[in-house]
Amino acid sequence: MRKLNGIHLNHNKNTAQCKTEILGVPKEVVIPMNMNMGAHSEPLVKPGDVVKVGDKIGDSSAFLSAPVHSSVSGKVKAITEIKAANGPCKAIAIETDGQQTVSESVKPPVINNLEAFVKVIRESGLTGLGGAGFPTHIKNNPNTKIDTLIINAAECEPYITSDHRQMLEDPDAVIGGIKLVMKYLEIPRAIIGIENNKMDAAKLLEEKTASESGISVKTLPAVYPQGAEKVLIYNITGRMVMERQLPSDQNVIVLNVSTVAYIYTYCQTGMPLIERRITVDGDIIKKPCNLMVKIGTHVSEILEYAGCETEKLKKLVLGGPMMGMCAYDTDIVIGKSNNAVLAFEKIAEKTMTNCIRCGRCINTCPLNLMPTEIEKAYLRKDVEALKKLKVMLCMNCGCCTYACPAGRNLAEINQLAKAMIPRK
Amino acid sequence: MNILTVSPSPHVKGNMTTQRIMLCVIISLLPAAIASGIIFGLKALMLISVCIISCIFFEAICRRIMKKEQTIGDMSAVVTGMLLAFNLPVTLPLWMAVIGCFVAIVIVKQLFGGLGQNFANPAIVARIVLMVSFGAEMTSFALPQYWKENPDEIITGATPLVTESASFKDLFFGFTGGCLGETCALALLLGGIYLIVRGIISPVTPIAFIGTVGVLAFIYGLADGGLNNGLEHALYQILSGGLILGAFFMATDYVTTPITPKGKLIFGIGCGIITFLIREFGSYPEGVSFSILLMNIVTPYIDRFTMSKPIGAVKEAKTK
Repeated sequence: MRKLNGIHLNHNKNTAQCKTEILGVPKEVVIPMNMNMGAHSEPLVKPGDVVKVGDKIGDSSAFLSAPVHSSVSGKVKAITEIKAANGPCKAIAIETDGQQTVSESVKPPVINNLEAFVKVIRESGLTGLGGAGFPTHIKNNPNTKIDTLIINAAECEPYITSDHRQMLEDPDAVIGGIKLVMKYLEIPRAIIGIENNKMDAAKLLEEKTASESGISVKTLPAVYPQGAEKVLIYNITGRMVMERQLPSDQNVIVLNVSTVAYIYTYCQTGMPLIERRITVDGDIIKKPCNLMVKIGTHVSEILEYAGCETEKLKKLVLGGPMMGMCAYDTDIVIGKSNNAVLAFEKIAEKTMTNCIRCGRCINTCPLNLMPTEIEKAYLRKDVEALKKLKVMLCMNCGCCTYACPAGRNLAEINQLAKAMIPRK
Repeated sequence: MNILTVSPSPHVKGNMTTQRIMLCVIISLLPAAIASGIIFGLKALMLISVCIISCIFFEAICRRIMKKEQTIGDMSAVVTGMLLAFNLPVTLPLWMAVIGCFVAIVIVKQLFGGLGQNFANPAIVARIVLMVSFGAEMTSFALPQYWKENPDEIITGATPLVTESASFKDLFFGFTGGCLGETCALALLLGGIYLIVRGIISPVTPIAFIGTVGVLAFIYGLADGGLNNGLEHALYQILSGGLILGAFFMATDYVTTPITPKGKLIFGIGCGIITFLIREFGSYPEGVSFSILLMNIVTPYIDRFTMSKPIGAVKEAKTK
């Protein structure tokens, strides 16, 4: 089996030993309607409505969608338009009453078959917690026979430790969730893939799964992007998800470790996805930490809690430094797929020179693409060449830009080049 | 509230830059530069300095005249200057060297768009231009350490490729006639290994290049006079002339050689074959620069046929 390319990053996992703290209920939450990959949700409430914790406040009838729930109890202040890091969308601003009254609709679900299981996951509002925000119920409803459930605990992005803390603080939920998915989807084996910079979590899960049949832990080298879905599947099973295929076409599904743990929690409590664990770090954060925050919390409150020297703030990243998105200001709110808030004063910059054809972009691309050739084809607007260069395979992992000595924004060009190719 | 920078990911970048790569190459050339000073005296160091300064000067002037951003900071002109000097005999009049620098920087590099845009190695083309323009001056090689006898009178001799009589020890340590940077195999190997260890160059090209010359010379020698003769001939061919300099420092130039490992292999083997053919059958004693130039020219074609194959790609069904 050939080894996929990748890069060695400084891990900066400063918060690996920081026990998750709970951020108090904010005075106001603004809950975006675009927290999942796919269709935006439509607000189901109007200004003045009283909502309780766990009330459904947004939903969509589209296939690729997930409902949105209130993370607080209080009164709907307004339906606004916000500029989220991943684009503009509607959002529901709720003024909290501080009571955190739980909705009557929150009760443990009854599940007796796959159909009910999938429905329950959808109702929980769960989307992938690892970063991409893919609605989880769709993954759990494959139309092929799945033989392997892969749990993505690689957490290959620098700084982020929220999945790591999930495993250390609540390993039983992880295993419980795996067992549920294995049971309802009739999957014979599950493999938890962990990078070898988290040996404490790997050991803990190994101990906990020793008596479970079919569940095993696989430690993987800490080479970025180990946690990219295709890379992880390949490194664990040797199977490559081909162009235009889904993992299920290779008889595999991949769930993030926090996502699968949440499935268990929901089945126990019936409390929809209204809060999540995030890592707060960066060069101007005085107190790097892991926090449990309500969905819709303003980042400014999180930064204040972590002792951010906001006056020095130059760049605010939601997610990891390799694939995360920049925020326009600290008013931005936490959505379901934000696993980190990183605040930087120092911005990585490089002088841009002409391409010197060193080949580092090709030698670091996990999928052997040729970013430098893609850039040239993009600049001359050669759609045929872009198709031939298979730019659509690019996962935007950023290895090429990271490695380029000439400081060229290759990953960005790849995304722009993708947009040039007409969709069938 | 500050204005925040919003930029596409990734938000961290590796510490390798074009300038650092060039600095590494300069460092790797230093042992050979020092060796040239020991072997050919202060005049060698003088020639190297003149070449470096002229190259920087021409690059700066060119960018200024073309109203383009200044690029001397990337240090690539220094590398070109050093490499060109290494390819000149120590006795060459300085003004000829300056003409070489003009050819390298202005004609070969800047007229094609500067760093990364030239199709041929600037130092190689400059050397060839000088060779066909000033044949006598370019092939009169000073004998090593002539300056110990009388610093004012330079005794010249032929390259070991012509005499075929130098000892292996002299070839390895560089005490033979030749261009000022090419004689000391030891210093060049040190620099080459440094570049490989630092991950600046791929070992594929030099191994393929030197290996091909070695194998072909071995077969040639074997046919001529048995096993021992074959081995001796191979070693002699590897250690003499500009082969090691060319293989480690000029055939590995990113800009003018193929980008994929497979392409580099083809490039190295091609250079080896052409070098061998010119040396054994051509009218010039040395063929390294011609071989690299010829392979530079076919590099775009090698690149086209050695594109890396994307993993997970599905072959498109041919549609009209």
